[in-house]
Amino acid sequence: MIHSLFLVNASGDIFLEKHWKSVVSRSVCDYFFEALERATEPENVPPVIPTPHHYLINVLRHRIYFVAVIQSEVPPLFVIEFLHRVVDTFQDYFGVCTEAAIKDNVVVVYELLEEMLDNGFPLATESNILKELIKPPTILRTVVNTITGSTNVGEQLPTGQLSVVPWRRTGVKYTNNEAYFDVIEEIDAIIDKSGSTITAEIQGVIDACVKLTGMPDLTLSFMNPRLLDDVSFHPCVRFKRWEAERILSFIPPDGNFRLLSYHVSSQNLVAIPVYVKHNISFREGSSQGRFELTLGPKQTMGKAVESVLVSSQLPRGVLNANLNPSQGTYTFDPVTKLLSWDVGKINPQKLPSLKGSMSLQAGASKPDENPTINIQFKIQQLAISGLKVNRLDMYGEKYKPFKGIKYMTKAGKFQVRT
Amino acid sequence: VSAAPSAFSDEKGGSASEPEYGHDPASGGIFSSDYKRHDDLKEMLDSNKDSLKLEAMKRIVAMIARGKNASDLFPAVVKNVACKNIEVKKLVYVYLVRYAEEQQDLALLSISTFQRGLKDPNQLIRASALRVLSSIRVTIIVPIMMLAIKEAASDMSPYVRKTAAHAIPKLHSLDPEQKDQLIEVIEKLLADKTTLVAGSVVMAFEEVCPDRIDLIHKNYRKLCNLLIDVEEWGQVVIINMLTRYARTQFLNPNINESLLEENSEKAFYASDDEEEEDKKAEPATLAKRKPYVMDPDHRLLLRNTKPLLQSRNAAVVMAVAQLYFHLAPKAEVGIIAKALVRLMRSHSEVQYVVLQNVATMSIKRRGMFEPYLKSFYIRSTDPTQIKVLKLEVLTNLANETNISTILREFQTYIKSMDKDFVAASIQAIGRCATNIGEVRDTCLNGLVQLLSNRDELVVAESVVVIKKLLQMQPEQHSDIIKHMAKLIDNIQVPMARASILWLIGEYCEHVPKIAPDVLRKMAKSFTNEEDIVKLQIINLAAKLYLTNSKQSKLLTQYVLNLAKYDQNYDIRDRARFIRQLIVPTDKSGALSKYAKKLFLALKPAPVLESPFKDRDHFQLGSLSHLLNAKAAGYQELPNWPESAPDPSVRNVEIPDWSKCSSRKDRKEKKVEKPFYSDSEGESGPTESADSGNCESDSGSGSASASGSDESGSGSESEESGEETESDEEEEDEEEEKKKRKKLDKTKAKKQAEESAERCTIHTIHQISCIINFDQFDMNKITSVFSQTLAPSGSIKMYELLHRIKGEGLAVEYCFSRQPFSPEPNMVAVQIQFTNNTNSETKNLHIEDPRLQSGMRIREFAEIDVLAAGESVTVVMGIDFCDSTQAANFQLCTHTRKFFVSIQPPVGELMTPAFLTENDFKKEQGKLMGMNEILEKLTLGEKCVNEHVIVERVTATANLSRVPCGSDKECRFAGKTVSSGCLVLVTVTTKEGGGAQLTVNCEKMLIGTMLVKDILQALSQ
Repeated sequence: MIHSLFLVNASGDIFLEKHWKSVVSRSVCDYFFEALERATEPENVPPVIPTPHHYLINVLRHRIYFVAVIQSEVPPLFVIEFLHRVVDTFQDYFGVCTEAAIKDNVVVVYELLEEMLDNGFPLATESNILKELIKPPTILRTVVNTITGSTNVGEQLPTGQLSVVPWRRTGVKYTNNEAYFDVIEEIDAIIDKSGSTITAEIQGVIDACVKLTGMPDLTLSFMNPRLLDDVSFHPCVRFKRWEAERILSFIPPDGNFRLLSYHVSSQNLVAIPVYVKHNISFREGSSQGRFELTLGPKQTMGKAVESVLVSSQLPRGVLNANLNPSQGTYTFDPVTKLLSWDVGKINPQKLPSLKGSMSLQAGASKPDENPTINIQFKIQQLAISGLKVNRLDMYGEKYKPFKGIKYMTKAGKFQVRT
Repeated sequence: VSAAPSAFSDEKGGSASEPEYGHDPASGGIFSSDYKRHDDLKEMLDSNKDSLKLEAMKRIVAMIARGKNASDLFPAVVKNVACKNIEVKKLVYVYLVRYAEEQQDLALLSISTFQRGLKDPNQLIRASALRVLSSIRVTIIVPIMMLAIKEAASDMSPYVRKTAAHAIPKLHSLDPEQKDQLIEVIEKLLADKTTLVAGSVVMAFEEVCPDRIDLIHKNYRKLCNLLIDVEEWGQVVIINMLTRYARTQFLNPNINESLLEENSEKAFYASDDEEEEDKKAEPATLAKRKPYVMDPDHRLLLRNTKPLLQSRNAAVVMAVAQLYFHLAPKAEVGIIAKALVRLMRSHSEVQYVVLQNVATMSIKRRGMFEPYLKSFYIRSTDPTQIKVLKLEVLTNLANETNISTILREFQTYIKSMDKDFVAASIQAIGRCATNIGEVRDTCLNGLVQLLSNRDELVVAESVVVIKKLLQMQPEQHSDIIKHMAKLIDNIQVPMARASILWLIGEYCEHVPKIAPDVLRKMAKSFTNEEDIVKLQIINLAAKLYLTNSKQSKLLTQYVLNLAKYDQNYDIRDRARFIRQLIVPTDKSGALSKYAKKLFLALKPAPVLESPFKDRDHFQLGSLSHLLNAKAAGYQELPNWPESAPDPSVRNVEIPDWSKCSSRKDRKEKKVEKPFYSDSEGESGPTESADSGNCESDSGSGSASASGSDESGSGSESEESGEETESDEEEEDEEEEKKKRKKLDKTKAKKQAEESAERCTIHTIHQISCIINFDQFDMNKITSVFSQTLAPSGSIKMYELLHRIKGEGLAVEYCFSRQPFSPEPNMVAVQIQFTNNTNSETKNLHIEDPRLQSGMRIREFAEIDVLAAGESVTVVMGIDFCDSTQAANFQLCTHTRKFFVSIQPPVGELMTPAFLTENDFKKEQGKLMGMNEILEKLTLGEKCVNEHVIVERVTATANLSRVPCGSDKECRFAGKTVSSGCLVLVTVTTKEGGGAQLTVNCEKMLIGTMLVKDILQALSQ
């Protein structure tokens, strides 16, 4: 399976290597660097690169390439998914997954990688188990360790590893028992020139932060479970129960985890909470272009649209943009030609707009590409699909937990074509 | 000497603030400073403070992580392998595994530590010792590793067993010659019932012996049922393996459809007279093919993998998707589309892989993804490689109904800023145009408009695509050709220029006026053109020469002369070849006559095919599929078998030995009545098929399947009881008489059970004792007798409740080796209560049995009163399910309750079976391979002769002796009580006190334990 792992930073330096079988020379990464050079954009490096003796499978996260070296047939998704899991674990342990964080914690990183793979095959990838094996570094613990000489490494086999609930550690204790659930929905949409929706779908997740003592058994029910016809679950969810009763029944992992993600497909009708009026035009023969953009809310169920950010990649021929926002600030990067406008909150009474002119290269012909407009926004207290949690019950423990549910809608890949 | 510590403390001070060596303050060369640094690390490692050692190890690991060489520290590090501090130890392991290969001799120093670790009571330490030991790639320790793996494979802790499974591929890659032994271990671990082990052992199986499909049979159903609880990585491996397995064991579920297709095609193309033949042939072929019924095991796999489509792990979803694509009936494959579309929201690498697979699937099963068409629409923010793949899928999904929306979408793509993507979009339009005739003209017009695009790449790509489209119907489009001829002045992209020239040459008759002019221009610029353009100029010249030699003769000569002196030999060759072919000379060969035919033959229009066509001969989701090339270690997906292999190989409830023979018997008997047997023969398979269907309909899954199996064996067991009797009847009359006696006795016992049980048992005891004395003299005759009575002479009493603990009540039990008459598949346990108190004990009974699943207890009748000083004996039955798990229950009196447990020695889980020598050999032949355990031993001092051996063996296990011709061999046979599996034991003595013990038993666990017990008994 996975032979070796190399971490490569944005400037193309290998800053960490780990081998699970015989050592593979880091020169194997030269093939990766070749591919990196060929790719115009960092994300255009092919995930799988064949070399004469090895195959390189890489993922790009946080501007770090995680390059796995494999030698024989293995499902590529297996490796990709594992590498992402490694990144998630680093993020979980160090808060961020940056080159600096990894370098600072290189020993913990090494210990983690050692536990996560044995002979190239995943061994322990569940965060709750890993945290029992190797305690995450905190400032307090670092201080204590230097004074007392104690270590970060657990001495006992995590009981979870052997139990039927491998995702939960045992002996969890909290003084405040609380369980929070965030229902977060992202709208992916393509809106065409005339403002009609070409495709729109919703990607929803329920993220949980559960800090409960002992072995609680939770059930979560929905007002309208029919919406959830395309879901994927955390392994803790009892599938049979969902199939039969449409109730989520589970013993939660300790801490933060993604309970479920769902997909409301483009076949359903999806409400679009904002509209855009635009007029971007270039005239033949003139070195000026017009730019007009107005945003407005629609179908927001009375909730405010916040944190709006508009960005657009203008054609290469545009030299500069001289615009005037009715609210917020805008920037235009003349090198990357990226225009971004931080709008803030949309006030329905006074719609935000951005108007002005663009200067083009003198003598160049009018660009024939149309820029697309990407929009980001947030709507608090609303799940745009209409999903609503009915109730949360706890069994198996006697105390009364504090429960909370939050809804939020965000723009995912929300694009307006012009 | 004094300088060293100070240097060391300096270093230490520095290291606290800066754990890594960033820069070198001293300007001494790299070597000297390295040497120095390592020196202080060595000292830290040698110190007796754990914190210093830890600090040193952390710095060494940081060096390893950055790829720096730290191998010269090996001796200093390896010393610390036995360090008490667990973190130091772990880091030493990391170091050791990294460098052991380079420093083999020194690495050996650490081995004894791990060997000690393997015996540690803490499972974590055992596991990690095995992990590191097996990761040290030093060939000399292969035997030690082998031993360690074998031991760990039967460890109590599933975690250690899992580690053993992980170690198997390590050892295999180190020394492939160990393969056979490793396969044995794999076989053993495959039988493991814990989910923890399943994934890892299948992984080992895939790496070591992926072709040993036969090892899977017995574990197939278990793997299917465990699958949902296995950790996600194991799920991927198991699903992929089961896909291959299913391809070898089940029939193609779509076989009927493919048959229909064949037939319809035949009917369509067949001419009239052929049709008649076909009509005759068709019913014949159809009759030959049985109606397809899905094997219940095939259904089990599909049903148990389906929920995993909901997994959060993309690799698992993909694995299930490919399983369905390769194994499911057409009508059911559709369910995977939704899950795959959901994966497209994941990271772009996941998207990339999923789209590759969707592209392949969408060619074979277009309808599956059609409802999700819009999910494949492209966003400007997608990376180019994703855009191109989405385009591929959209093109594959295009059909008459959705083409207009797709083309509208493509139109917006052409305006994108990403030029590679625009080029791909143009090609996609071209493909849609060739595939769907209705839109060909629309597409062509659109593409022609693109010819006036400002971007040259766009124009060039359009030219190439238009060229291909025009080839389909050139007559109607001379306008376009003319338009393109004009473009040649502006377009610089060689491929596009070459395409235009080829078009003009090919259709020069449609543009008779323009063609020579183009040649004139090209002749002028010939020397500056790219090679492919030059070749096309020569081509054009030749074609014009043949059609319009008047105008182009000189031009052609000129071009050919230029080409003659070109730098490229391909072009020189081409020129020479064409000159010979078209310019008539005296010497020109026979071919020049046909020059026109050669050059201006009608050429078939190119078929624009998806690059993903036929990629599904690679298992989807695999690396090989992604690369479209066979990767190292790729296992081909086998074709469906023509006829299904025997499905009974997967029966785990051991195919009842007695059941089989009785079936055979029945059939033989029925030969006399052909009427019945015929109908039976037919109804048999359909019956089983029906039941399979019911199962799949009910949806209750594995439970029902295994449940029915169990109940089957349950009902069968009674039959088997009768059967043994009938078998016995066939034996000697003498024996039969004895048998009758025995039966009478048991009958008598039954009657007397409640009242005077103790007495009967006493008598039996006495009789058996007497017989026992004589037994050795009349060995052959007593072979039957020994079955029930002989061993009872050496009956061992076990304590159930001690006198003191039981407050005066003492309870002992023994295995009486009598058949337990109320339930033949229970082991009879004889329990003796003694009341040592001064008062009566009342209401002795059993309560609250706590049993492993499947085990059952038949309680003895309550004892109302047990007077002081009295004792009483009762018999109870326990079905241990052929395991040595203890039966726990409470023994209650009128005042107290006592927790007690009965654990049977393995030898008591069987009853004797009667076999002739031939039968024995036959049955032994069936139980070879994994069911056979061989062990060598030295006989104990007292085991001087056959009699002692027989005595010892029968004392250990409730077996009967099987007659045997050789006096060097003793054979014993028995059946397990609950499932009736045969247990065959052979002891072969050799000169000099040596012996070999062979146990054949389908239940491997029983076999192994029995071997242990007998070994112990014989070597005492």
